[in-house]
Amino acid sequence: MNKISINRFKDKAFMVFGVFCTFFGLFMLAIFVGDVVLKGVDRISWEFITNLPSRFPEKAGIFTALMGTCWILFLTAIIAIPLGVFAGLYLEEYGKRNRFAAILEINITNLAGIPSIIYGLLGLEIFARVMGLGQSVLTGALTLSLLILPIIIVSTRESVRAVPRSLREASLALGATKWQTIWYQVLPASGGGILTGVILALSRAVGEAAPLIVVGALAYVPFAPSTPLDEFSVLPIQIYNWASRPQQGFVINAAAAIVILLIVTFLMNGIAIYFRNKWQKKIKW
Amino acid sequence: MKIPEKVIVSFLALCAAMTVLITAGILYTLGAETIQFFNEVSLVDFLTDTQWTPLFSDKHFGILPLLTGTILTSFIAIFFALPIGLTIAVYMNEYAPSSFSTRIKPILEILAAVPTVVYGYFALTVVTPFLQNFIPSLSSFNALSAGFVMGIMIIPLISSLSQDALYAVPKSLREASYGLGATRLQTSFNVLVPAASSGIIVSVILAISRAVGETMIVAIAAGMQPNMTLDPTVPIQTITTYIVQISMGDVPHGSLEYRTIFAAGISLFVLTFTLNNLSFWFKKKYQQKYE
Repeated sequence: MNKISINRFKDKAFMVFGVFCTFFGLFMLAIFVGDVVLKGVDRISWEFITNLPSRFPEKAGIFTALMGTCWILFLTAIIAIPLGVFAGLYLEEYGKRNRFAAILEINITNLAGIPSIIYGLLGLEIFARVMGLGQSVLTGALTLSLLILPIIIVSTRESVRAVPRSLREASLALGATKWQTIWYQVLPASGGGILTGVILALSRAVGEAAPLIVVGALAYVPFAPSTPLDEFSVLPIQIYNWASRPQQGFVINAAAAIVILLIVTFLMNGIAIYFRNKWQKKIKW
Repeated sequence: MKIPEKVIVSFLALCAAMTVLITAGILYTLGAETIQFFNEVSLVDFLTDTQWTPLFSDKHFGILPLLTGTILTSFIAIFFALPIGLTIAVYMNEYAPSSFSTRIKPILEILAAVPTVVYGYFALTVVTPFLQNFIPSLSSFNALSAGFVMGIMIIPLISSLSQDALYAVPKSLREASYGLGATRLQTSFNVLVPAASSGIIVSVILAISRAVGETMIVAIAAGMQPNMTLDPTVPIQTITTYIVQISMGDVPHGSLEYRTIFAAGISLFVLTFTLNNLSFWFKKKYQQKYE
């Protein structure tokens, strides 16, 4: 073989390696998911979903953890969505060129890079102790809201930026004020993009365990929370607790709970992608 | 009722200002408890002692074992994720048809969307038993499996940022290389990767920062023993898992043990803050090289 054909061969070989690498991660994930489904799917039943926690693996269920996750999802959504969307609107529409906005911008980029467990320490000190909310669902939801705030702000800004000038100018020309233009034209036009970002952010919140462990969510809670000030657990913490036990029965429970958590996560991501595609197709500026 | 526009704008500004409050809250929280911690433990001990045993009767407060554990797992993660992520980036940029790239990219993002507690479970129950076939001495909690699984998680981070960097290299450079008869492989690694190196470095720094702050994978699969070692086959403890370990137990507020998690937290904060700002600095410094 001469040098040229060696180089061509290397080129082809790298292409094969490239395909291999592209699918390597997905292949690993497929193995993991297959393994967890095989282990856990028989365990999933109506009782598994509605049973309270128990010392006996075959009697234990995820009811309290699932309810905790629903509470967290609901409260985080009503705290983080308005805060994030309004902050994003301000930064994109009003605070373009002043110093205050520049500081905010640098700050948000930095916030997005802070590990989630640090937010847990913040929640523990500020919400649980100083504000006296204790180890409640509300403390957990406030903590996660702060965690996902940068994601919502960034996606709001990107969606709002994509709305064309012509739309704003048409509205302003008809005599609408700046805020009326934002509220009646810009916000509806960018709704799809904002919604996508919000769902992805909430899906991240559903999977978080570390900050909630730090603020004091418990591995064992006898009852589902009935008010925002009750103690709580969530699915990821329940999984962590079961996965850390030596008995095989609990490991199987963990697998079953993972199947349910993955269904929730993939469903939320799927919905987000669906909205993104639909929104992109509907509006061609 | 009509709300004056000025009021609305002030309200929006208030929401935006909340983000500054978060930063202030984090700095205040970590700072206040850490100052109290250093009233009882000397800073020199904290930085140089090679033992971390705040829960034993013979207490030592050296952050080094936790730092070693954190760096070890992060290094293993990057060791797996960088070659794979960079190869994906080069393949997508230079080889794959663009319809394939646009379709596979969101699918790869799934890897980053899986909850980390799930990855931890995989590392403990699938990867470790599998690796034990080849490394019989591998302990059931170890840095190797945790790092490997963490590497899989950060593949999309490296591949997508690196691909953006490769894509930004001016067309003229590529065409010059092809014009001289170089293959796609030669063009990629002799021309594009060096030209995009600053962007690739940024992706690696951000990936390291992500790995350093990762908690649940290491908490489940790497153990809770603050060994000061670089041996990937034995249990270790990272800064994040120490915080989890203390939080799982019942530590009274105001005690020295309670303050240790804030001291550990501020170490983690300083580490990730430095890495993130290093990446911003890099990005800013080299962004306009070709424009």
